[in-house]
Amino acid sequence: MRAFRYARATDPGEAAALVAGVPDAVYLGGGTNLVDLMKLGVLRPGLVVDVSGLPYDTVAHRPDGGVLIGGAVRGRRLGLDEGIRSRFPALTRALLSGASAQIRTQATVAGNLLQRTRCPYFQDTGTPCNRRSPGSGCAAIPGVHRDLAVIGTSDACVASHPSDLAVALAAYDAVVEVRRPDGEQRLVPIHELHRLPGDTPWIETVLEPGDLITGVHLPPPAAPSATYRKVRDRWSYAFAVVSVAAVLRVEAGRVGDVRIALGGVAPRPWRLWATERALVGTDPGDDDVRAATRLAFADARPLPGNAFKLDLAADLVAAVLRELR
Amino acid sequence: MSAGTGLSRLEGRDKVTGAALYAYEYPVEDPLYVWPVGATVANGSVVEVDPAAALADPEVVAVLDHTNAPRLGQGGIADQHVLQSPDVAYRGQIVAGVVATTPEAAREGAEQMLVRYVERPAKVVLDPSDPSLEEPTAAFGGHPGSDAKGDVDAALAAADVVVDRVYTTPTEHHNPMETVATIAQWSGDRLLVYDSNQGPWTAAVAFGALWDIPPERVEVVTEHVGGGFGAKVRPTPGAVLATMAARVTGRPCKLMLTRQQMFTMSPGRSATRSRIRLGARHDGTLTAVDHDALQYSSVIHEYVEHTGAATRTMYATDNLRITHRLARLNLPTPRVMRAPGHAPGMFALESAMDELAYALDLDPLALRLANEPAVEPAGGLPFAGRHLVECLTVGAERFGWATRDPTPGMRRHGRWLFGTGLAASTYPALQRAATATARAEPDGGFHVWVGAVDLGTGARTALWQLAVEALDAPPSRVSIHIGHSSHGQAPLAGGSSGTASWGGAVRAACTALRERLAEHGGVVPADGLAVTGSTEPPPPDRSRHSYGAHFCAVRVDADTGQVRVDRLLGVFAHGRPLNARTAHSQLLGGMVMGVSMALHEQTVVDPRLGMFVNHDLAQYHVATNADIRGLEAHSLERADDDVTLAGGKGVGELGIVGAAAAIANAVHHATGVRVRDLPITLERVRGQ
Repeated sequence: MRAFRYARATDPGEAAALVAGVPDAVYLGGGTNLVDLMKLGVLRPGLVVDVSGLPYDTVAHRPDGGVLIGGAVRGRRLGLDEGIRSRFPALTRALLSGASAQIRTQATVAGNLLQRTRCPYFQDTGTPCNRRSPGSGCAAIPGVHRDLAVIGTSDACVASHPSDLAVALAAYDAVVEVRRPDGEQRLVPIHELHRLPGDTPWIETVLEPGDLITGVHLPPPAAPSATYRKVRDRWSYAFAVVSVAAVLRVEAGRVGDVRIALGGVAPRPWRLWATERALVGTDPGDDDVRAATRLAFADARPLPGNAFKLDLAADLVAAVLRELR
Repeated sequence: MSAGTGLSRLEGRDKVTGAALYAYEYPVEDPLYVWPVGATVANGSVVEVDPAAALADPEVVAVLDHTNAPRLGQGGIADQHVLQSPDVAYRGQIVAGVVATTPEAAREGAEQMLVRYVERPAKVVLDPSDPSLEEPTAAFGGHPGSDAKGDVDAALAAADVVVDRVYTTPTEHHNPMETVATIAQWSGDRLLVYDSNQGPWTAAVAFGALWDIPPERVEVVTEHVGGGFGAKVRPTPGAVLATMAARVTGRPCKLMLTRQQMFTMSPGRSATRSRIRLGARHDGTLTAVDHDALQYSSVIHEYVEHTGAATRTMYATDNLRITHRLARLNLPTPRVMRAPGHAPGMFALESAMDELAYALDLDPLALRLANEPAVEPAGGLPFAGRHLVECLTVGAERFGWATRDPTPGMRRHGRWLFGTGLAASTYPALQRAATATARAEPDGGFHVWVGAVDLGTGARTALWQLAVEALDAPPSRVSIHIGHSSHGQAPLAGGSSGTASWGGAVRAACTALRERLAEHGGVVPADGLAVTGSTEPPPPDRSRHSYGAHFCAVRVDADTGQVRVDRLLGVFAHGRPLNARTAHSQLLGGMVMGVSMALHEQTVVDPRLGMFVNHDLAQYHVATNADIRGLEAHSLERADDDVTLAGGKGVGELGIVGAAAAIANAVHHATGVRVRDLPITLERVRGQ
């Protein structure tokens, strides 16, 4: 573990000033992912600026039904928020299905969005990984990739994004509020925060040096009926094999509005736009939902070890919409 | 207070308050910290080690590699011969060690080490068509490599019904909570080692052999251990590295492996592949049992998982054949893990028995009852207690088996499919040579010393209860001392034999002390009175095993294939427990491991890199609390199971064996899908 400098920022301007011009500086939230990766030698920052004490630690419900969740809000706090639980149930379910109670107590919302892939090769410095070590190759594609992505991938990287929270945020069309180093605010739709790997998998988000996630804005929910279901290899404390967040409004027996996002299948939370378009206005049975889900996977690039996720995703979306109707 | 009483553990308070010292926590003067560097190739040779970058840090005191490490003696096993040659037999094998004044500097120094290799093609996948498979003459635990009676081929050809299936279990790792930890300190040619292991006396013998010094000059201290499960049965390569670093620097050296390092610097369980062929008459009589078991060892040491051993003892048949074959792979040497041999072997046999029951249209319980042997099927020895039939029938009654409809895949409520299954369990009742010393003090106190170790099982408490009973002394006057190699010859904690063996010696010593005291008219001499007692393994005149039966209810998500164990009920015959509470905990813990084995545990090998890919607890799954529900363990205490001097038979591993088959059989009953490869992942249940 490389020796590093540590500084605690007391206001956002100070945080930006501390990291300005320091290429190996990082922000520290709860540290539940960053510190692990530092111990493993995957990340070797020279300066760690602790932003967990900045005043972005509230959940503000607005009169229009929207919510601003501060970037420094801890997972435990968000999971207990009654307003979120009653009006954004998929978000509460997603949050509580992630990590463990201990980790949620420490981890922050901003850190959750920026957590790194759990691709095993990314986490082991003894192996090639284009995301960790540009140009070194991808060991996962010819190796073990069962838990990795089936869509949105490239020949350089097939990493999946591990967050549950982000999947629910995608289904709720959240907008990420970013503070630029100059104090300007930048709004980034959750769908655009994470970049697909392409030829540059080491560039994971659209954030630029010094950018700080200060909050996540949830617009009023499109429908009250929503859920999150996580398929995993044990009933607690496991990343999703495939997960789904779905928001559904039924009008006169037909789908009036539906928003579906998947986790575990892509380098970012994956909205099923094509599926949604196909379902609106219909009264779909399970097979119709499966077929509609497959539409969204037309460009999938499954590997031998994770091709099962395509059928699983279709079955899961069908099961969840059945439950919500 | 006497033996059998369900006392909580003597050291429980010390453990939960942090007062109990684990190996890494002993205070030593001016220690250094050791960080091992693992090979990044799976087969090859080190051609250059460049320590310059590591040594540039003033906190780094020394770097060891194969060119400068102390030479070890010929004793021990190849995995322990750390840094004795440039050869690399598996990825993760220690190729260097960095010694520094802080653990952080040692770790960073290890990361800065430049090691260059000549790489050779590596073989890391267990392949039944591998032309170089070996047919070992012996499997672990004194079991024959192959064993046959009658004419299996003819009986299979003549059978009314034949089941011929292959069952596999993956490489697994023990993952004790406390990773391997060692503090090594030399004084001249005397070695003191605070070490997390499963047997301080056997560890001292091993260290002595490696350093070519008499074992009496090695003191190994192992007061408290945070789990072993077989990972710590021998000094690990890291522990040996710590003794080397201490030798070279002349200072106490501390090492504690990371979770990731545990996967290659301590052993795991071999993957296994069992082909089971069962022949039967229409009435359910088994006419042939054939168990062909394939497992692997490293290329530097032979360990043959005795996967077929349990099949020797289970069911009556005139024609029985067991064969073990061995692949040599570029992977770390596997070793005993949580019911070695029996856990993977009985998954295969008990799954096949379920398949045979379906093929015969017989109840799986009735099939087992119909093939209960009078003597051990393989060797013809009489049983020293068995009670398998009783375990099965009592379990069936408690579980409500009689009302079961055998048809698979037909009990659906909402999204869930429900099913039930059963399987038998067995484990050897071992007892090894051990010594103990009991001493009476003039003040009325008693002390008992035995080189035992408590892995968290409750062994210390059980041994103390045994001493109190054998001495017939007030409990407050009896002190038990364990965990030091200088306490005398003692076997390691393994094979569920530890407490039976140490307990026999404790009983012998305490009984002899009472007799000597009686000779002194009950008066303790002024300088006290000490007596040493010992036990030997029993003669091989009877078939000594414990038995049990698991009954399982599962539900399976029909949309996704996720399995949930709703209930797992075990009935076990193991004779008199030394402590009813800790014995019950052992059985429950074993059953939890059985759930893990069935549904979760697997070490995934990268076929190109020879790397254990999922080498941390986020990726190597064991059951969580949320995965465990409806667990019940019931014990049958039958006098003819009291076959050891300590009392009954060991219970550490009995609860594991057969649990995975019961769960797999229940998954089949729920879904109609027979999963023959562990773990039972959702894609396997989905048939993908």
